[in-house]
Amino acid sequence: MTLFGKNKPGLKKARKRDMPDGLWLKCPGCNEMIFREEQEKALRVCPLCGHHFPMNRTERLAMLADPGSFVEWDKDVYSIDFLGFVGEASYQEKLESNRRKTGEVDAVTCGRARLHGRAIALGVMDFAFLGASMGAVVGEKITRLIERGTADRLPVIVVCASGGARMYEGMMSLMQMAKTSGALARHADAGLPYIPVLTHPTTAGVMASFATLGDLILAEPGALIGFAGARVIKETIQQDLPPGFQRPDFLLQHGLLDQIVPRGDLKQRLADLLDFLCGPLTPSEPPSVPV
Amino acid sequence: MAAYILPFEKPLLAIQNKIEELRRFSAEQGLTTSHDVAQLEAQLDETRRDLYAQLTPWQKVMVARHPRRPYTRDYITAFVDDFNELHGDRLLSDDHSIVGGLGWIKGRRVMIIGTQKGRDTKSNLDCNFGCPFPEGYRKALRLMRLAAKFSIPILTLIDTPGAFPGIEGEQRHVAEAIAVNLREMFRLPVPILAVVIGEGGSGGALGIGVANRILILEYAYYSVISPEGCAAILWKNRARADKAADALKLTAPDLLELGLVDAIIPEPPGGAHTDPPAIAAQVRDAILKQLDLLAKLSPAQVLEQRYSKFRAMGVFKEGSVPALTPPPIPEDTRP
Ligand SMILES: [Zn+2]
Repeated sequence: MTLFGKNKPGLKKARKRDMPDGLWLKCPGCNEMIFREEQEKALRVCPLCGHHFPMNRTERLAMLADPGSFVEWDKDVYSIDFLGFVGEASYQEKLESNRRKTGEVDAVTCGRARLHGRAIALGVMDFAFLGASMGAVVGEKITRLIERGTADRLPVIVVCASGGARMYEGMMSLMQMAKTSGALARHADAGLPYIPVLTHPTTAGVMASFATLGDLILAEPGALIGFAGARVIKETIQQDLPPGFQRPDFLLQHGLLDQIVPRGDLKQRLADLLDFLCGPLTPSEPPSVPV
Repeated sequence: MAAYILPFEKPLLAIQNKIEELRRFSAEQGLTTSHDVAQLEAQLDETRRDLYAQLTPWQKVMVARHPRRPYTRDYITAFVDDFNELHGDRLLSDDHSIVGGLGWIKGRRVMIIGTQKGRDTKSNLDCNFGCPFPEGYRKALRLMRLAAKFSIPILTLIDTPGAFPGIEGEQRHVAEAIAVNLREMFRLPVPILAVVIGEGGSGGALGIGVANRILILEYAYYSVISPEGCAAILWKNRARADKAADALKLTAPDLLELGLVDAIIPEPPGGAHTDPPAIAAQVRDAILKQLDLLAKLSPAQVLEQRYSKFRAMGVFKEGSVPALTPPPIPEDTRP
């Protein structure tokens, strides 16, 4: 930051001229200006400090699924305002503005994919849509994903992110925690692996259901991961939170996570782990077979 | 019993004061005023019945949190015979905000597990105001698995503002403790019956709430978020909790209509705390009825019924997603 400090107006001007809108962005990890194209190529990870920027679901799918292998399930399941919930805006208005903002129908995309050749059931949550809160659509799509995984004997991978329950759906939202967990009981009983990947931020109701029920639990560096909000905890206990609280290193140390995996390693790591859990791919399931 | 008056009960207080005044006056003067007192008491009953017949959702939340409301241990004392409390999660400690143990209800073996609130500062500190730590959920699961091993039906009594939001809870992974309970409760091949007796506070309540049947007391509530928490998010003002309580559809009749609870246990007008023996009898009878119905199911049917019950929860649509309506045009750009 000092490079562009107030006492160097000349430099600031020069940089501004060189920085057409959107070509550069500032990294919240190291406060340096980084070249956007470089950050995109590096899976939206800062090349200087390794800060993991938010990623939308298209990018996530491209990162994890073999090219052309993703077949979406339940694309046309959508939320309705069945409680007639009115806050500062109605739920209906919230849904519409988030659809407009993201171009997506709700907060999760699910489907079948191949990961280095292995068929998997893959779900990706997207914080950009209403904070990836879990309403009936998220709960239903995750449940169907797991149930199909069980029926088709597929490993299930869910890239988790969530601000929690979708309060616009009242108690129906809370019950999605039970529904998804029940589906995971059956998937586990069938001897199939389930691996949630916790990304920034994964909290509250999603955290207290499918995000923490993995055979293995992986997390992205820097992600905020916890049950209660930091502000709520602070207000309740009237004291400051320890450094690194609810962050991956803290949680690894306290025994929740199996591994913290940088984005660039995630696909290969998942493939390796699934090889261990399910046995390596057999020739009868060659990578080239379309899904 | 010293009266504890909720804000909306002020009309009752006025009549109560009149009754007391009349009694004192007649005692001083040596007069017989029993007729007048009886009349006022009838008026009190009628006013109370009218008041409670039209409680707002927020007023019901206040009744559910009434400091004299019967708690888990009160129900256990009232109708559980030979209660053997069992302690500890075998990992760290014994969380007093979740009580569990074996007992008999009218000759039926039951594993009883419930969240416990305190009545005064000392007991509230002991049970952490009814807000469980991860150890509480892990103790509950240990006891539920014990019950399953010996084919004992499980009764859970829910009355908690929620799991405790603190550093220890996060360090010991309260989210994981709740999640594991949700998953494992689907695996227990014995009947599970849950009764929301006061506050059903979000995930902290659901953590012992995956049941074959869910009953709720008339003035209890069950909500995804506290009305105050919801108001803080939506209106940046906890004082709008009354509005949030309306919007959240957290009352017993709302939940019954949404298919999220199976039956409502009626309370005396004035709330459960005004007649503890009566509400205990109501709750006991409702429990017995459900336990006898569930006893008819095979272990496989018990598992299937529980799964289908929660599997069906969710309101959404499927088909061609409706097109977005054009965004509203901001005022200053209108022609
Ligand atoms: Zn950086």
